Amino acid sequence: MRGWGNTLKLVVLLLVVWQLMAWFVGDVALRTPLQTVVFTAKLVATPVFWGHFAETAQAFGMALLLAVAIGLSLGFLLGLNRFASEVLEPLLVAVYSIPKITLYPILLLSFGLGIASKVAFGTIHGVIPITLFTLGAVRAVRPVFIKTGRVMGLGTGHMIATILLPAAMPEIFTGLRVGFSLTLIGTLLGEMFASQRGLGFLLMNAIGLHNVDLIMALTFLLVLFAGSASSLLLYLNRRLYERA
Amino acid sequence: MTQAGGGILKRAALWRIALLVVAVGGLELLCLTGRIDRLTMQPPHRILVDMVALLAGGQLNTAIAKTLGNAALAFVIAMVVGVTVAVVLHYFRSLRHTLDPLFATYYAIPMFAFYPLLIVLFGLGDTPQIFIGAMLAVVAVIVNTLNGLDRIPRVLLKTARVNQLSAWETATQVMLPCATPYILTGAKLAVAYSLIGIIGAEFIMSTGGMGYEISFAYTNFDNAKMYPLILLILAVSIAINTLLARWEKVLMARRGLS
Repeated sequence: MRGWGNTLKLVVLLLVVWQLMAWFVGDVALRTPLQTVVFTAKLVATPVFWGHFAETAQAFGMALLLAVAIGLSLGFLLGLNRFASEVLEPLLVAVYSIPKITLYPILLLSFGLGIASKVAFGTIHGVIPITLFTLGAVRAVRPVFIKTGRVMGLGTGHMIATILLPAAMPEIFTGLRVGFSLTLIGTLLGEMFASQRGLGFLLMNAIGLHNVDLIMALTFLLVLFAGSASSLLLYLNRRLYERA
Repeated sequence: MTQAGGGILKRAALWRIALLVVAVGGLELLCLTGRIDRLTMQPPHRILVDMVALLAGGQLNTAIAKTLGNAALAFVIAMVVGVTVAVVLHYFRSLRHTLDPLFATYYAIPMFAFYPLLIVLFGLGDTPQIFIGAMLAVVAVIVNTLNGLDRIPRVLLKTARVNQLSAWETATQVMLPCATPYILTGAKLAVAYSLIGIIGAEFIMSTGGMGYEISFAYTNFDNAKMYPLILLILAVSIAINTLLARWEKVLMARRGLS
């Protein structure tokens, strides 16, 4: 298992760099890994943290659900309709590359200052990669599979469930993996910019109070969660490709 | 066959334009009839008029210059650091394998979570914003440059060795020119990422720039300023991305890669 060895080496390397930076920069701006872990353990024991955590988790969960549902259906719809995908794909790619944070005030004005605008913001981050990857995957399914399905008289629902989905699974999963990360980033960004609850808000609040312990602990938790979730998804993704 | 394909593409482009026109027209109608009230959104033609007025008035010039200047700086730093790191990693295989998992999960990490730390470290000036922009962009450059370096034909490297080029000469005269199309793909992503990084950071907390102006206008319900600014940023980033994509296509086609 060379992959695990490399991950372990990387973690050790990052910890060493962190420790050296903490020594170099000093106590004003950084904490050492050990101090951060100790403070994180304390933070996780407080009920206030779990309140904000629940808010973020709820917003993220809803945003992810919406992004996956809309992205998959749009992806299949466009993947099965060549012309519609020619029309819409360049638009999606253009929207994918813009700094979406500029759209946040518009969402705030239309959804109000609450969980709805956070969910909407997370969703628009995640939905486009899922759509684009699904679209590409469905279009790349070997035509002979689709012809076989048609010869056997499968309806659209059956065709998707028994032929398209299994054949395109690895790439669709790649889209879901990217969508997962971007939805999380979108949700947190939304909380950082304008929100009264959630981990992103807690982080912004900590800057206002110059609470370095809290900033470090929250950054550590967020990076830990995002990193390990994405590594797990990447591992599953590679398994899918190997099987295919 | 190609002619039919071209016809479809042309028809698709027409449909796309029609779709955009209908969408903007629909928004205009909703705004004018009052379905969307003025506090939520201005009618599109108003936004355009306001944008022209703002640009002509020149009161935004400092903000625009600051944002684009910082984004350009972040982009240059990311390119220089990214290409250098990629060449070095290409030599040191084991270090590269160690860093591979980092590159694979890098864009899953909410980079903006580091922004508060950077403010504490560097103060609330331009530095933390440029840092975030460069940090977001650099890995796209590294990964794509490595991808290009991996595809250099063996024979070119052997030729370099036969001609007794030094490591520096091999890198600058053989490896980098050969990997240019892939580096350009990285550059395209780097432009988008440095803009996203700079504007996002300005948005969250800063003292100037386009992102700051938008968030300032938002907190003051100054829609006459906010919407034109948003439109401007979208137009600028889409224009830059389209131009780079065109250029990339031309380069790829010249090498017979597309």
